[in-house]
Amino acid sequence: MMSGSSGRQRRGVTLAVLACAIAFPFLASGYHLYQGAQVLILAIALLGLNLLTGFNGQISLGHGAFFAIGGYGAAILTEKFGVAYWAAIPIASLVCFGAGFLFGFPALRFGGLYLALATFALAVATPQILSYKGFDAWTGGSQGVLLAKPHAPFGLLTADQWIYLVCLFCAAVLYWAARNLATGRIGRALIAIRDQPIAAETMGVNAALYKTTCFGVSALYAGVAGGLSAIAVGFVSPESFGLSLSLSFLVGIVVGGLASLGGVLFGALFIEFVPNLADQLSVNFGESAKALPGAIYGLLLILIMAAMPTGVAGALRFAARLAAAPGARSS
Amino acid sequence: MFMELAEAKAGTADQSVDPHVSALLAVEGVTMRFGGVTALEDVSFVVAKGAICGLIGPNGAGKTTLFNCISRLYVPHAGAIRFDGNPLASFARHEIASLGIARTFQNVALFATMTTRDNVRVGAHALARGGFLSSALAFPLAGREELRVAERADALIEEFGLNGVADRPAGELPFGVRKRVELARALAIRPKLLLLDEPAAGLNHEEVDALGAEIRAIRDRRGVAILLVEHHMNLVMRVSDQVVALDFGRVIANGSPEAVRANPDVVRAYLGSAG
Ligand SMILES: Nc1ncnc2c1ncn2[C@@H]1O[C@H](COP(=O)(O)OP(=O)(O)OP(=O)(O)O)[C@@H](O)[C@H]1O
Ligand SMILES: [Mg+2]
Repeated sequence: MMSGSSGRQRRGVTLAVLACAIAFPFLASGYHLYQGAQVLILAIALLGLNLLTGFNGQISLGHGAFFAIGGYGAAILTEKFGVAYWAAIPIASLVCFGAGFLFGFPALRFGGLYLALATFALAVATPQILSYKGFDAWTGGSQGVLLAKPHAPFGLLTADQWIYLVCLFCAAVLYWAARNLATGRIGRALIAIRDQPIAAETMGVNAALYKTTCFGVSALYAGVAGGLSAIAVGFVSPESFGLSLSLSFLVGIVVGGLASLGGVLFGALFIEFVPNLADQLSVNFGESAKALPGAIYGLLLILIMAAMPTGVAGALRFAARLAAAPGARSS
Repeated sequence: MFMELAEAKAGTADQSVDPHVSALLAVEGVTMRFGGVTALEDVSFVVAKGAICGLIGPNGAGKTTLFNCISRLYVPHAGAIRFDGNPLASFARHEIASLGIARTFQNVALFATMTTRDNVRVGAHALARGGFLSSALAFPLAGREELRVAERADALIEEFGLNGVADRPAGELPFGVRKRVELARALAIRPKLLLLDEPAAGLNHEEVDALGAEIRAIRDRRGVAILLVEHHMNLVMRVSDQVVALDFGRVIANGSPEAVRANPDVVRAYLGSAG
C-alpha cells in the first residue's frame, strides 16, 4: 500500500497529533476544552461518512439523522432508563448500525444523485420526527432532553477534562479501526465497488453486502459522535439535528479530503471554527450586515476548494511529495 | 441434450475423451435477447479442463454477451451453463470467482484510483474470508489473510514484470500495461477457467506474438482452461486447441483451428463483415 518510509512518517505524525491532543485538556480550559471535544466528535462523524462517501462512493446528505439517533439514544437511555453513559453510547451506536444497515438496502436501488436525494429527505424529516407529539414521553418534544454531566472517576479531573478525554479515547479507537478497515481487504473492496462495481463483483466482492454493511458502520460512527455530543453538550433537541448538520458533515469530508482518514481532523476544525470566524469577520461591517456571516463562510469555502481541490489532505500530500523530490515534475 | 454435447465436442483435439468426464465448462442451448436483438441463440459447446478455446466471430456476434452470461452479469433467457458439473444459475455473481472463474474485460475494467498492487490484491479477494469486524479490530485471522493476499499479489506482479508500476495508480498507466495488470489480477484467485476478452486489442505485431506465447505459458504452468475472444485470427489459430465461431449469436463452427479456419460458413461470415 505505501512504502516503509511514508508509513513511518504517517505513524510519526499520528503520534505527534495524539500527544498534542492528550496534552490539550491540561493546557486549555473552559470553552476551549468544550470546542476541543466538539472537534473530536465531528471528526468521528466525518470518519464514518468518509468511509461511506469517500471510500465506497455512496453519497449521504442525511448523516445528521444517525447522529440524532445516537444523541437521543444516549439521552433517553441515561435519563429515562438510568443506563450509565459509557454503556448508553455503545448501545445507541449499535442501534445506529442497525438503522444504517437497513437504510443501506433501499440505498442499493438508488445510485448517485438519487441516493443524495433520498438521504436529503432523511435529513429534512429528522427534526420533525424528533419533535412529533406521540414521542413526547421519551423525546421531550420540541423541548428536548437534558442530560446530567458525567463526573470524572476518582475526582482527579474536572468534568470538562473528563468528557474531552472520553471523546479523545473514542476518536482514537475509531480512527484506528477505520484505518484497519481502509488499508485492508475491506477497504480495497469498498474502493473497488466505487471505481468499478461490476469488475469488483466478478472478483468475488459481495457488493450488496459490503455496501449495506458500510452504511451500517458509517451510521455507527455517526451514532457514537451523536451520543458523545449529547453528553458533552448536556442537552439534545430537534433543532440541533437539522439539515445544516448533515450538510456540514459533507462539507467536512470534502474540505478534509475524500477518502482520507487523517483529513477528517481538518474537516472537523473547519466546521467547528470557520462559521465562528465568519461571524467575527462580519462584525467589522457593522449591524446592518445580517446575511454577511453566510456570505463570508461561502466565500471561504469556495476559496479553500479552489486552492485545495482534493481537500487539505490532498494538498498536504502534494506538498510532501514536492518536499521529498524538489524539482521533480508532478505528472 | 446428450447428442448435442457429443456433437459439439466432435472435432476437438482429443475426441477419445468423454466430454462428461473432462468438460470444465458446458454451455447448453444458451439464448440471450436484448429487446428485439438476439445476441445468443441456442449456443452449445464444451471446453475441456486445461484447454485453450478460441471464441471468434465478427463484431456483434455475441462473444462478450456469452462472457457476461458466464459471469452471471446477464441471465440467459434459455439454456444452462455448467461449470465443473454445477449449473452456474444457482450461484450469485460474486460467487463465480470462488468457483474458479476469472475474467478480463474488453474495455479494461481496472480500479483506476488504486495502485497496481491493490488491483491485483482485489483479484485475490475471494481467497480470504474475513469480514468488517475482523478487519476493523485487526483480528489475527485478518492479519494472516492479508499476508497471504499480499504474497500472492507480489508473486504475480513479479511474474508479469509489473514491479516498476506496482505502486502507481492503475488509471495513470498506458493501455498495454493496464491490460497486463488486468491479466495478473484475473489470475490472482488461481482460476480453473480464465475468460480473456480481446487481450490483444491495441497491441502491435510483436506484442501480439509475445502475448500468444504468454497465453500458452499461463495455461501450461497452471493448467487453467482459457476461453479466448480475439479478432487477431493468427493469434487464435496459433494458441487454441479448439475454436468456436459465432455469427449473429449462433455457433457456426466448432472444432480444431484448422477445421474452423477452412469452414465455408466462417469464411463467409468474415468476408461478409469485411465487405
Ligand atoms: N447490454 C446490452 N443491451 C442491449 N444490447 C446489447 C447489450 N449487450 C450486447 N448487446 C447486443 O448484443 C449483440 C452482441 O453484442 P456483443 O457485445 O456480445 O458482441 P461481440 O461479439 O462481443 O462484439 P465485438 O467483437 O464488437 O466486441 C450486439 O448486437 C449488441 O448490440
Ligand atoms: Mg465484445
